[in-house]
Amino acid sequence: MSPALIALLPFIGALLPGLLVRSGRSVAAMACGTVTLVALLGLLLHIPAVMRGEVITARIEWLPMIQLNANFRIDGLSLLFGTLILGIGLLIITYARFYLSRTDPVGKFYTYLMLFQGAMMGIVLSDNILLLLVFWELTSLSSFLLIGYWRHLPEGRQGARMALTVTGMGGMAMIAGMMILGQIAGSYDISDILRSKETIQASEWYLPALILILLGAFTKSAQFPFHFWLPHAMAAPTPVSAYLHSATMVKAGLFLMARLWPVLGGTPEWFWIVATTGLVTMLIGAVIALFKDDLKAVLAFSTVSHLGLITMLLGFGTREAAIAAVFHIINHATFKAALFMTAGIVDHEAGTRSIQRLGGLRKLMPVTFAIVTVAALSMAGIPPLNGFLSKEMMLYEASHLETARLFFMTVATVAALFSVGYSLRFVFHVFTGPERDDYPHQPHDPGFGMWAGPALLTVLVVLIGLFPNTMAGWLVDASASAVTGESEHAHLALWHGLNAALIMSLIAIAGGIILLRRHEPALKSWESAPRPEAKVIFDTIVRASVLAGRWITDKFNNGSMPRALSFFTLTSLFAGALAWYTGDAGPATRPMLPVGPIPFIGWLLAMFATGSMVFFHRVRLLALVLIAIVGLITSIFFTYFSAPDLALTQISVEVVTVILLLLALNFLPKRTLIETTTPRRGWDACIATLAGLGFGGLCYAILRRDFAFDSISGYMLENSYKLGGGDNVVNVILVDFRGYDTFGEITVLGIAALAIFALTQTLLQGKSSARLKNWVHDQRRAGDRHPMMLVIVTRVILPISLVVGLFIFLRGHNQPGGGFIAGLVVAIALLMQYMASGYAWAQDRQNIPFHALIGAGVVAAGVTGIGAWFNGKPFLTSAYGYVKLPFLEEFELATAMGFDLGVFLCVVGAVMLALNSLSRIARQAGETVNEKPMDIDLSEEQKGAH
Amino acid sequence: MELLVASGIGACMAAGIYLILRLRTFAVVLGMTMITYAINTFLFATGRLVVNLPPILHDGDAAAYTDPLPQALVLTAIVISFGMTAVVVMMSLGAFIEGGDDHINMPPDDREMPPLKTIDDRPEEERA
Repeated sequence: MSPALIALLPFIGALLPGLLVRSGRSVAAMACGTVTLVALLGLLLHIPAVMRGEVITARIEWLPMIQLNANFRIDGLSLLFGTLILGIGLLIITYARFYLSRTDPVGKFYTYLMLFQGAMMGIVLSDNILLLLVFWELTSLSSFLLIGYWRHLPEGRQGARMALTVTGMGGMAMIAGMMILGQIAGSYDISDILRSKETIQASEWYLPALILILLGAFTKSAQFPFHFWLPHAMAAPTPVSAYLHSATMVKAGLFLMARLWPVLGGTPEWFWIVATTGLVTMLIGAVIALFKDDLKAVLAFSTVSHLGLITMLLGFGTREAAIAAVFHIINHATFKAALFMTAGIVDHEAGTRSIQRLGGLRKLMPVTFAIVTVAALSMAGIPPLNGFLSKEMMLYEASHLETARLFFMTVATVAALFSVGYSLRFVFHVFTGPERDDYPHQPHDPGFGMWAGPALLTVLVVLIGLFPNTMAGWLVDASASAVTGESEHAHLALWHGLNAALIMSLIAIAGGIILLRRHEPALKSWESAPRPEAKVIFDTIVRASVLAGRWITDKFNNGSMPRALSFFTLTSLFAGALAWYTGDAGPATRPMLPVGPIPFIGWLLAMFATGSMVFFHRVRLLALVLIAIVGLITSIFFTYFSAPDLALTQISVEVVTVILLLLALNFLPKRTLIETTTPRRGWDACIATLAGLGFGGLCYAILRRDFAFDSISGYMLENSYKLGGGDNVVNVILVDFRGYDTFGEITVLGIAALAIFALTQTLLQGKSSARLKNWVHDQRRAGDRHPMMLVIVTRVILPISLVVGLFIFLRGHNQPGGGFIAGLVVAIALLMQYMASGYAWAQDRQNIPFHALIGAGVVAAGVTGIGAWFNGKPFLTSAYGYVKLPFLEEFELATAMGFDLGVFLCVVGAVMLALNSLSRIARQAGETVNEKPMDIDLSEEQKGAH
Repeated sequence: MELLVASGIGACMAAGIYLILRLRTFAVVLGMTMITYAINTFLFATGRLVVNLPPILHDGDAAAYTDPLPQALVLTAIVISFGMTAVVVMMSLGAFIEGGDDHINMPPDDREMPPLKTIDDRPEEERA
């Protein structure tokens, strides 16, 4: 099976629970289990090839421009992790089916679980570090959902937030680190990076890259000082803890370190950072685990400790240590997943996970007891179980270090000692001792479905311990070879002779037993000792960041719009001035055009209208009239300077805008009062003048200079006819060359109209609806609401303007015109009808819903664009031809016309929907609906005359 | 001519900036409309000013044409700015109807932040 498909399967599986959950949780679980099993089998089929030392790859180009490709690989390391993820995933899916109660939303759980599984598979199968980052972030997100699965529990939500914050921040650091790494290596493919060890380690950017990548790995794998999120994530349901925190997510960091071991490892920096962090984490985790009361907390800190152990081994940087690390990853996954599941069983059956309230479960839960004993003894490192083997190897490596040997040996032995202590405590304080009569539930062994998973893992624990080479040797060899890049052959054996490692092991076991016997006084002194609480520190930092964020936001935005806008204006001015005085604009080369008398009059009018508009802006109706003058001059400006399309658009938009503003003004105050002081107005005028001078100056500077680079317009002028089949270059750019932009723009226009509609909808409900019902109009109403002249004239004009609209639409491709202008012209023609006889009257006489018009427009444009696919061309490539119909001149038909039709429909729909909204507000405010088209009924008068 | 155009655009911009610094919504809407004129004409002018050479091709005519690209950009900009003006007008209208006045600044009451929730996973009873 292709590696890409293996990575994809869990994501497909994530869709199934939602579809199947109505059929019951067993069906959902079976569907997920089947998908996982198929993926697992697909992976295992690659074993023979991997054993031969081959690397199976699948390469799919995704975003080749930024080297983000969906490249996947299967080598020994991917095989090891993939088997763990899918294998344990299968057990967890079964276990969760029995663990979750009927009230839990099971479909959601399985969806999250499969998403997480897919993300993990993506990480371990990626052959591209950018792709790996994508999956890395996906694990953070999906684990957030899983940890917070019980949304009603504050612990769950807080634990999820904390996990996301810590691992998410680490992920961000890692993105930076991976970018640097890819830049040094010149490729983002892991295969290439693995080959450029010398380049990378010689680069001066090696250390920053190393630290940033390790931040990602350490946060994910809960290494000191980021270990604190893991215990808090234990608020998750136990299947989640067992999956995420024993076998998969926390191992992602280890996986990454192992994956990049050949290129990043082996340097003194790597040794000191990674090995020391691992050592400290191993010790701290083990010590805290001994004193925790919650079973899952014990396991959480024990996991932290074991992750530290593996990190330390990877940090040693030797090939033997890498073998030991890989072997311990397998062993830890087996016994820890089993222990997590049994902790869940105890919680489920006895009703508590508090060790103080447990004890004496041996006879009551014999099966669970047997599983726990074997798994915990393995965790303690007691022979002949698998935990013993890898722990021996760890101690052996520590005792053979070349630097700081004694330090590592001592601390590792102490950590092992505590590890023995908490492992034995898990057995003895929970299962032995006198039976009690105050368990929250009467404990008994669970059904087969629940203990089958842990039991299977325990069997593996024993078998790997007894026959390490047969059971795990091949996998260790394959994955260790993938880590080190050389052919590795592990010598796994129970008995290595009497060496330092064995003595350290014996000290640890003896010390651990003594420690457990003295547990009570030790616990007392532990609890009385002052120690920093990571959670408190974390909360303080979060709190401080939130407060700082609020403070900054508040200082920048104190709710005053003029303040914010003047800051914005001044900053833009400053940036512009800076650019002007530091850059080089070159000399003014273009000669000035001569000024004729008419343009000069136009300029005078515009200046006069602008000045009076500012002066009279408090008289709002007058301001509207004056602003319309500026708009008209703008259209004339476009006409004069060879832009007929723009002039047509500007003038029609002007009409619509003024009508809209007038209608809105009907409900707004008609005058603005003076509320500002004279100095304040003076200051604002200063800012405005500066902005005007700056903007005008910039404009002048541009107008007097030639293009610094060749414009792309030449291409468009040249190819407008050849490729787009149109003579009007502006229109061809809109519907063809830059059709995608236009497609986006009509969509935005449609969205704007829908937003207006939605806004109106909320205004017609609640408080504002009542206000509108009691609205008192502050203007005298006209006596003649629907004047006869207007009605008659608009009726006469309607067909003419519709024909004009059609004409403008059809000629658009070759002459000034097109969908935008035609849409506006038709919208104005319709608007006139609505104004003449009232909105409701006109609305009753047509039944096109304007929403549908907008939708149809976007769809028409989109479908036209898609049509190009069928010709094997990219989206929105146009085709055209000439048609001859009888009695008509030969004319052109281009697919761009379909696109332009979409533009047309969208514009008409948007304008009319905006108007419709205002009219609905007016109706709410008591505007009545007239039954006749106009106030004077001509037919009645005719009758009366007879 | 260039000087006239630049001064006209600058005047529009100055008027627009002055108006958006006012305290009532209607003045701000007017100001934004003025800024729209200024920006659209400015964008158009980046194609340089050319008289009597519209970008309409004629068969076999090799004469110079004006720059069509800024025109195409500005054409959609005009229509989009209409859409945005309509949204802003409706927002100011809604604010006036809902709130009873057309002030642009945020009332002090609306600026109150919710109390910072303690991020604390101790059970309720312990926290008290």
